[in-house]
Amino acid sequence: MDWQALALTLKLATVTTAILLAVAVPLAAWLVLGRGRWLAAVEALAALPLVLPPTVLGFFLLVLLGPRTAFGRGITALLGHPLAFSFSGLVVGSVIYSFPFAVQPLVAGFAAVEPGIVDAARMLGASQFRVLTTMLIPLARRSLIAAAVLSFLHTMGEFGVVLMLGGDIPGATRTLSIVLYNQVENFDYAAANRTAAILLASSAIALAAIYLGGRPRGGRRA
Amino acid sequence: MLELALDARRGSFHLQVECRFAADWTVIFGPSGSGKTTLLRLLGGLDTPPRRGQDRARILLEDRLVTDSAAGIAIKPGPRVWQRRTTLVSQQPALFPHLGVAANVAYGLPWLGGDAEQKEAVDAALEVVGAGSLANRRPRDLSGGEAQRVALARALAPRPRLLLLDEPFSALDGAASDALLIRLRSWVEQHNVQTVLATHDATDALALAAEVALLHEGRLAALGPAAEVLAAERQRLLQRLS
Repeated sequence: MDWQALALTLKLATVTTAILLAVAVPLAAWLVLGRGRWLAAVEALAALPLVLPPTVLGFFLLVLLGPRTAFGRGITALLGHPLAFSFSGLVVGSVIYSFPFAVQPLVAGFAAVEPGIVDAARMLGASQFRVLTTMLIPLARRSLIAAAVLSFLHTMGEFGVVLMLGGDIPGATRTLSIVLYNQVENFDYAAANRTAAILLASSAIALAAIYLGGRPRGGRRA
Repeated sequence: MLELALDARRGSFHLQVECRFAADWTVIFGPSGSGKTTLLRLLGGLDTPPRRGQDRARILLEDRLVTDSAAGIAIKPGPRVWQRRTTLVSQQPALFPHLGVAANVAYGLPWLGGDAEQKEAVDAALEVVGAGSLANRRPRDLSGGEAQRVALARALAPRPRLLLLDEPFSALDGAASDALLIRLRSWVEQHNVQTVLATHDATDALALAAEVALLHEGRLAALGPAAEVLAAERQRLLQRLS
C-alpha cells in the first residue's frame, strides 16, 4: 500500500474542497440573489469543466502555467518555481476541474430556499452577507454537505488533470489514481485491487454520509 | 408623509401611480391583481427599477428621497436610520423556520447592547400582537393566525417609520382581526409610525376609517376618506347584510 500517495491524495482533496467552498458559496449566493445579464454567462462558465475532457483541461493548464506564456513566467517569477509538476499546480487544476461539483449543488440548494424568506430577511435590513450566513447556509445545509463531499470525492478520483499537469512525482503529485494506473500497467492486480478498494470505500462512505446525514428524521417530507 | 410616482411593468401588467399619502393610515384597496403587492414591494425597496430601464420610481418618505430610479438612488430596505426605516408584513408570514419565535422577532433589531434589552423589545412586540405566550415556540408549531401575529411582531420590533402591511390578517377570523387592528392602531399612533395597509376586504378599510387609495388595474382610481371612496362598497356590504 502506497501510504504516501494516500496521504497526498487526502491532502489534495482537503485543500481543494476548502478552497472550492470558500469560492463557490459566495458565487452561488450571488448567482441566486443577484440580477443582471451576466449571471447566465457566469453560471455557464462555472459549469464548463463538467463537459471539458480532463486531459484537455490539464493540457490547457500545463501550457498556461508553463514557461511559454507570460502568465506562467509571471507565476514562476513570483513563486520561485513553476506551478506545473508541483502540488500547488495540482491544487489549481483540481479546483478548476471540480468547480461545477461545488457550485451546482449550492445553486440548487440556495434557489430552493423560499423567496419570501429571503425577502423577509432583506426587509429587516439584512445585507447579502447576512442573508447568506443566517438564511441560505442553514436552510440549504444539505446542499452544502453535498457540495463538500462531491468536491472531495471528485478530487480524490481525478486522473486526467493530475497526470497532465502533475505527472507522477512521488510525494509531490503521485495520487492514488496514478498509483492505481501504475499498478495495472505493471500487472500488479492484487495491489491495484487494494488501491481501487480504498477509492471505492471512501466514495461509498462519503455518499452514505450525504444521504443519511442530511435526511430529516421521520422521512424526507417530515 | 409619503410621496410616490411609480411606473412599473410586470409582464402584461402595468402599474402607474402618482400620489401623496398624508394620513397616518392609508388603506390601498383593490381586487386581486390590481397591483397592491407590486406597489408595496416598490415602497419597501424590495424591487427597484434599474437606472436604464423602462420602469420609473420616485419615492419620498418624510421629504427624504428613498428611491429615484432616474438618479440611480435606491436606499436599501430595512428599519435602520441609514436604511429606508421601513418594514413589511406580507400575506405569507415567511417566518424563518430554523429560528424560534423570539429569534424571528429579534432578527431586525439592532444590537441593543445586551440580551436583556433585546428580550424586552421582543416581548413588547409580541405583547402588542397578543402573542406573548408564543416566544418559546418554533414556527412549525404555530397556526396560520399565530404565524401572522409573529410576522407582524417581527416588523414592529425594530420600530420603523413606515409600516407596510400586505393583507396581513388573512388567516385570522373577523373578531380576532378587528381586535388586532385596534391594538395595532393604538401602537402605531403611540410610536408615530405611518402605515400603509393593502387589502381587498372593504370591511378592514371601513373599520379603520382611514385614507383609502382605490387601485384598479394598476391605476389609482380614487384617493380620499374611506366613507367617500368606498361608498359603493359600503352600500354593497349593507345590502348583503339586510
